[in-house]
Amino acid sequence: MNYKLIANVSRSLLLARWKQTLVAAIGVTFSITMFISLLSFMSGLNDLLDGLIINRTAHIRMYNEIKPSDQQPVSLSEKFKDHYNFIGKVKPKKERLEIYNNAAIMSYLQKDDRILGIAPKITTQVFYNIGAIDLAGAINGIDVEAENKLFLFQNYVTEGNYVDLKNTPNSIILGKGLAEKMLADIGDVIQVTTSRGERMPLKVVGYFQSGLQDIDNTQSYSSITTTQKLLAESGSYITDIQVKLKDINLAPAMALEYQDLFDLEAIDIQTANSQFETGSSVRTIISYSVGITLLIVAGFGIYNILNMMIYEKMDSIAILKATGFSGKDVNRIFITIALSIGIFGGILGLIFGFGLSALIDQVPFNTPSLPTIKTYPVNYNPVFYIIGAVFSIVTTYLAGYFPSRKASKIDPVIIIRGK
Amino acid sequence: MDQKILEAKNVTKYFHDPITYQVLKEISFSVNRGDFISVIGKSGCGKSTLLYILSTMDTDYEGDIFIDGESMRNKKEAELAMVRNEKIGFVFQFHYLINEFSVLKNVMLPGLKLGKYSEAEVEHRAYEKLKILGIESEALKRPNQVSGGQKQRVAIARALINDPLIIMGDEPTGNLDKKNSEIVFGVFQELAEVYNQSLLIVTHDNEFAARTHRIIEMEDGRIISK
Repeated sequence: MNYKLIANVSRSLLLARWKQTLVAAIGVTFSITMFISLLSFMSGLNDLLDGLIINRTAHIRMYNEIKPSDQQPVSLSEKFKDHYNFIGKVKPKKERLEIYNNAAIMSYLQKDDRILGIAPKITTQVFYNIGAIDLAGAINGIDVEAENKLFLFQNYVTEGNYVDLKNTPNSIILGKGLAEKMLADIGDVIQVTTSRGERMPLKVVGYFQSGLQDIDNTQSYSSITTTQKLLAESGSYITDIQVKLKDINLAPAMALEYQDLFDLEAIDIQTANSQFETGSSVRTIISYSVGITLLIVAGFGIYNILNMMIYEKMDSIAILKATGFSGKDVNRIFITIALSIGIFGGILGLIFGFGLSALIDQVPFNTPSLPTIKTYPVNYNPVFYIIGAVFSIVTTYLAGYFPSRKASKIDPVIIIRGK
Repeated sequence: MDQKILEAKNVTKYFHDPITYQVLKEISFSVNRGDFISVIGKSGCGKSTLLYILSTMDTDYEGDIFIDGESMRNKKEAELAMVRNEKIGFVFQFHYLINEFSVLKNVMLPGLKLGKYSEAEVEHRAYEKLKILGIESEALKRPNQVSGGQKQRVAIARALINDPLIIMGDEPTGNLDKKNSEIVFGVFQELAEVYNQSLLIVTHDNEFAARTHRIIEMEDGRIISK
């Protein structure tokens, strides 16, 4: 097959109507540009919002919960197995929040290669004392290094250095809102009272800002040892084990597995934050459908231009067929025209799309709730570019398919005799 | 010399629109190598229709056509296109040159399609054909920059590029004035006599026909004299 000849003929037909060709190519360029920048921007935003949750939340959190026992003694007894047992007014039993035997659990978890890392934690209710006023709140006792590695703790510490929490004994990082209420500067010493009435002075080494006002107004961070001291508990006391997985999708199944294995409550991130996943998938669907709509519109533009070209070039097609070009050759010529519009427009679209995303990436975006974000987030995922490229070729091929078929079916006799 | 290059056997054709009407009635004749034949007849007698059937472009007929001894009856569209490319040269009433290409490129197109020679060779051959027709100086112009008579000669050069078995013409002088008709006829005559080229020309110019070697006269879908 003589591809060079077909390319040659296609090119001259294209250049004969170069203005229309250009308009068609611009249509494709525009739609691919919008497709790429829309998706990059949208998914950048999605990642940011998901990151707010996924990065700072444990994929599986294990803890003891105060709740009534699932099984009462009578139902476990062999003797009353055949009876209906009715027990009224069941109350939760007094249970310690501590995770028993946590060192063994953690060393077991560390061997599981589905797990990226684990971070122990203590959560406890406290009162912050400001003069005569007590503010209710909570202190999270964390393993500073593990917390930073797994949950990017330093991103939320807006003032002061997070490592000081580990290096300075009896230190605390206050929520931004809380610090403002207490008028506590870095270096000041504040007083906290535990729920058991013990009082302890703590040195402020920084502020953190999570972006969620409720948290910033009530919570603060301290090291595990400081918190254990505050609660007058032993060095093995922890209340939560946070697990970060390599594959977040395994979380629900693994949570169930650990719940049975360790006889603890284990909650996975999907259950705890189901609304976020819905939000992201809806946003993704919207941006894909807008992008694809743009491409389809561009496809109709190409369809129109090719149709017009075929009417205009009826004579040329007839003579090509009379002198020995088959219907297939004519078909190839028009498909080549359509595809070159698609490829040319598509490549430009990818370049402009990248440029526009880079531009969006430079636009300032300051929000008090997201201290680490300075410009609009953009995701430069190569998958979008691949989809854009494939789609531009597929739409232009389809747009060229029907006009080409029509051109290939032109009967030269009718054209030639009609003159 | 009496080698049959084109033969029609009982070719019959109907037009169905608006009413079924028999245009060609069992036409049989043959063309030998080197024949210079004209087909004449009144308008509507079916001479052009016959030409398009013989040229393989119209496939809706009964009977059979043999070109170079091969039946055209059961060939596919792409195969027929190859036959046209290789063995038949066309000259129509209208020149049908492609304005986007130069004169030379127009002549080269069927040769490039055939792919028997390299591009440089096809170009060389195209120049030779233009030389035979005396228009090699126009080679690099666009078709819309040359005169009507020259256009028709370019169309003849295009018909010649693949050294076809036969050249078919549908009123090739119909759109030309006396002087240009004369030139075109001269070209045909030269091709027939010097190059031993077979020609089958449909015309209703009786003066033109009288100077060809053989006249086929048609009336009401039949050949009345050959």
